[in-house]
This record gives sequence, structure tokens and C-alpha cells, in this order.
Amino acid sequence: MTLRITCPHCGTREIDEWVHGEIPVVPDDITDADDRDVDRAYFHNNVEGVVREAWFHLYGCRRWVTLERDTRTDAFQ
Amino acid sequence: MNEFWEAKVKLQWAELGSSYDVVIIGGGGHGLATAYNLAVNHGITNVAVIEKDYIGGGNSGRNTTVIRSNYGKPEPVRFYQRSLDLYRELEAETERWVMHDERGLWWLAHTEAGRRQERSRAAINQAFGADTTFVEPEEIGRLIPGINLDADGEFPITGASFHAGGATARHDRVNWAFAEGAMRAGVTIVQGVKVTGLTLDGDRVVGVQTDKGDVAAGTVVGAVGGHATTIASMANVRLPIRTHPLQAFVTNHYEQTWDAIVASNDLGFYVSQTARGEMLGGSHIDPQPSYSRRSDHHFINEIARRIVALFPFMGNLRVLRQWTGICDMSPDYTPIMGYTSAPGFLITTGWGTWGFKAIPAGGEAMAQLIANDETPELIAPFSIERFANDRTLADRGSSGTH
Ligand SMILES: Cc1cc2nc3c(=O)[nH]c(=O)nc-3n(C[C@H](O)[C@H](O)[C@H](O)COP(=O)(O)OP(=O)(O)OC[C@H]3O[C@@H](n4cnc5c(N)ncnc54)[C@H](O)[C@@H]3O)c2cc1C
Ligand SMILES: [Zn+2]
Repeated sequence: MTLRITCPHCGTREIDEWVHGEIPVVPDDITDADDRDVDRAYFHNNVEGVVREAWFHLYGCRRWVTLERDTRTDAFQ
Repeated sequence: MNEFWEAKVKLQWAELGSSYDVVIIGGGGHGLATAYNLAVNHGITNVAVIEKDYIGGGNSGRNTTVIRSNYGKPEPVRFYQRSLDLYRELEAETERWVMHDERGLWWLAHTEAGRRQERSRAAINQAFGADTTFVEPEEIGRLIPGINLDADGEFPITGASFHAGGATARHDRVNWAFAEGAMRAGVTIVQGVKVTGLTLDGDRVVGVQTDKGDVAAGTVVGAVGGHATTIASMANVRLPIRTHPLQAFVTNHYEQTWDAIVASNDLGFYVSQTARGEMLGGSHIDPQPSYSRRSDHHFINEIARRIVALFPFMGNLRVLRQWTGICDMSPDYTPIMGYTSAPGFLITTGWGTWGFKAIPAGGEAMAQLIANDETPELIAPFSIERFANDRTLADRGSSGTH
């Protein structure tokens, strides 16, 4: 089954209507400004578990929606 | 090599001990080849490979088995050419039949920009030791059976690079060949044991914790494919990796011999024929990061449409099986190998959708690094330091799909 995402504005739609957006979070213990830039540019939390992320409903209402998903199962919370 | 020899493959499973010189987490091709090289070429045999499922149960047993060295940057071309050469010798080296089949790989262009890219690929390949030439459309039409050169007017072919060294090999047999050779040389390989933590002494990694007990180690290697971030975080090492699903499929048996391996960047797919006669195809990663190995219809719909435009005969075939692996994608589509900020903890990752071809050279280089405690020149450009040092090796146009 194709993954489906429920939009608060449009209802449940298939994933190909959506664009995924990572919400980058640079860890607080990286304090040097350059190091924070490198981390933001290249590094990822890549969570194996529940992650908060942004989805853009491109072929729908064209709005960003923030959702939580378990990356082990793709179940939206 | 023949079936009688193959019947003699004998995997000797041992019990997991409590202390090793080297513990390798992950029994995929990279972990197994590293263990094999340590034991066979460096005499380091007090080694354990710890696999949570079964060996080759990750991407090394799920890939589409394309072997090639036609990359777009000097450092990767050299490295993958080394691996391609090692694959040529793998049957003699391991005395096991891995169904290595060198048949050449076509990389099609459908635009002017694509044509320029394939021309420059051929030039860079020739300069750094890979056998690739540029080919005009008329010749492509003569040499690839069943191809529709104007692709229904949608994606007309404007040229291709032909990589004569392009090959395939049976993935399971490659994994087993390395596993068996490592076991024969004294390596302990265990299945069904999951690493749940790393034992730290300050910053230094001194062992692994598993669901079957703790194991001390002089050196720990993370070779866990899509789970790289999870393992590295246990050593407080942060990676530039995102884990994305990659899907593939095979059709039912196609009765003709179809000897080519064909890839297209613009259309985002590649296809070859398996030894069983199935047509085997794959595409890009799924756009969202995920650790789920579920397959979907969206992938098949998309790829089928594009493949049939180019190869109308495939419209008469049926999809028989479809599956998914989770890929450790690096930001520049180039591997990340070697030391980390945690002493005693090494990684081999960033293999994404392209690491099967790299198994022999990856294992060789990681074993050299461990044995000599020095990064071999061949993989020095692949160090994780390259991101902070602004020395990335962006090569998506060569690694995006296979
Ligand atoms: C559909 C698909 C097609 C592909 N096609 C090609 C191709 O044509 N050519 C090519 O060169 N590459 C291809 N690739 C990429 C290639 O398969 C991989 O890059 C390569 O197999 C990676 O090998 P590995 O040993 O690093 O990882 P894997 O083979 O994934 O092995 C990692 C192992 O670690 C184990 N593990 C994970 N966590 C733990 C833990 N906590 N404890 C113990 N064990 C653990 C896993 O179970 C797994 O067996 C493809 C990949 C996919 C998914
Ligand atoms: Zn919407």
C-alpha cells in the first residue's frame, strides 16, 4: 500500500502529493559557530524512531504541515 | 567453478566469545569482506562478526548486483576500479562460484546536458583507469536489443556511455564466499545477535553490548548499512547520513537472452536480466527518510511507465516480486570510511544505493586500515573529516540509483 498522509485541510492523500522536509536540529553541545554550520549543512539526526518533520502538500493546499512519524514503521502518530 | 564445488560451501557457525581483537557489527558484504581480509591477508583471526538477522539479510542480499567503476570523480573511479578488478578475481580467490558475469553497462542520455555528462564521464573514466567510451544513438540502436530510441517522443536518446567492465554477480554467493573464507580462517560469525550498545571507557570504544551478553574488543567496526546512525550514536559519533528506502523488482521470465545492463539518469531507472531470465529493475530512493522496508505501488507505477517507453517488450511482462532495502545515504553520494572521533571505533558507511560493487575493495581497505593502523591512500579521500574540511566528493550523477 502506498503511504498516506492526513492533511488537516484536505483529508487523507497519497504520499506522492507531498514533499518531505527535514527539520534540522543541531545538538546544543555543538557550540563552535563553524561546527554548527557544518552540522547544519551535512549532518542529520536520522532518527530510528519517532521524528518531528515538515511536509509540504504540493499537489493539494500548498501548505506546510508539521507531523510526527515513526520511521521504523512509517506510522504517523 | 561448478555446482559440485558450490555444494561444498560449508558455513561453520561458532559460539560468540567474550573478547576479540576486532568486533565487526553487521554481517553484510562490507562486514564479511573486512573480516575475510583481516583473517586471510593479515593473519588477524581473533575476529567476530555480529549479525542481528542472517548474513546478507540487509542490503547486501537485496541489491540489484550491478558492478561498475564509471563514476564521475577521480577518487571514486580509482576506488571502484580496484573493486571491479577484485571482483574479476573473486572466484579464483575464494574458490567459490559467485556467478560473476561481465557484460558491459550502458548509461543513456536523453538531453543535451545528459549527452555532455556521458561524454565527460567517458573522459574522466579513461583518465583514471576505467574502460568507458561515448557512443552515438545509431550504434545504441544496433547494440541494445528491443530499445525504442525515441522513447515515444518523450525521452529521445541523444547518446550513451558504454562501460565495458560493467558486470553483475549473485549477491548471496558473494556474501557466502566471504563468510565461508573468513570462517575457514578462524573468524567467529554469529547470526541472530543484536548489538544494543557500545561499551565506552571515556571516549574510547572498548566493546559491544548485545542481547546475548557483552563482548570486549580492541577495535569495533560499524558496518550496519542503513542503521549506521543508530550504532554510531552509541559511541557519541554523529554522522552525515540519512536512511532512505530503495525499491527494486523482477518480472517473470523473459525468454530471450538480454545481455545488456542499461541505466538512465534522466529517466531514473536501470534494468538487467538475471540468470533465471527475469528482468530486474530499480530506480531512485524514496524521498522520505525511513527505516521501513515496505514496498509500494507508487514505485512500480512510475518505473513501469518509464521502462516501457524505452523497452516496449517489457510491457508484456508481469511484476513477479518487489522488495525494499534501507540505504545509508551520504550527502555527496560517496562512501564514508575509516576513523571516527571515538578511538577504537571505525565506520564503513555511506554505501547508499551503490555499495555492492564496493564490497571487495571496501573490505580490503578496512582490513588494511585495522592491520596497519593507518588509512590506506585509496580511501583517504572518503574520511568523515571531508565534510568539515570542505572536501566533499559530490557525485550524485554517478550514484543516484545503483
Ligand atoms: C534495492 C537495492 C538495490 C541496490 N542495487 C545496487 C547495485 O546494483 N549495485 C551496488 O553496487 N549497490 C547496490 N545497492 C546498495 C548495496 O546493496 C549496499 O550499499 C551494500 O549492500 C551495503 O553493504 P553493507 O554491508 O554496508 O550493509 P548491509 O548489507 O545492509 O549489512 C548491514 C548488516 O548489519 C546488520 N545490523 C544492523 N544493525 C545491527 C545491530 N544493531 N547489531 C547487529 N547487526 C546489525 C543488518 O542486519 C545487516 O545485515 C542496492 C541497494 C538496494 C536496497
Ligand atoms: Zn492539504
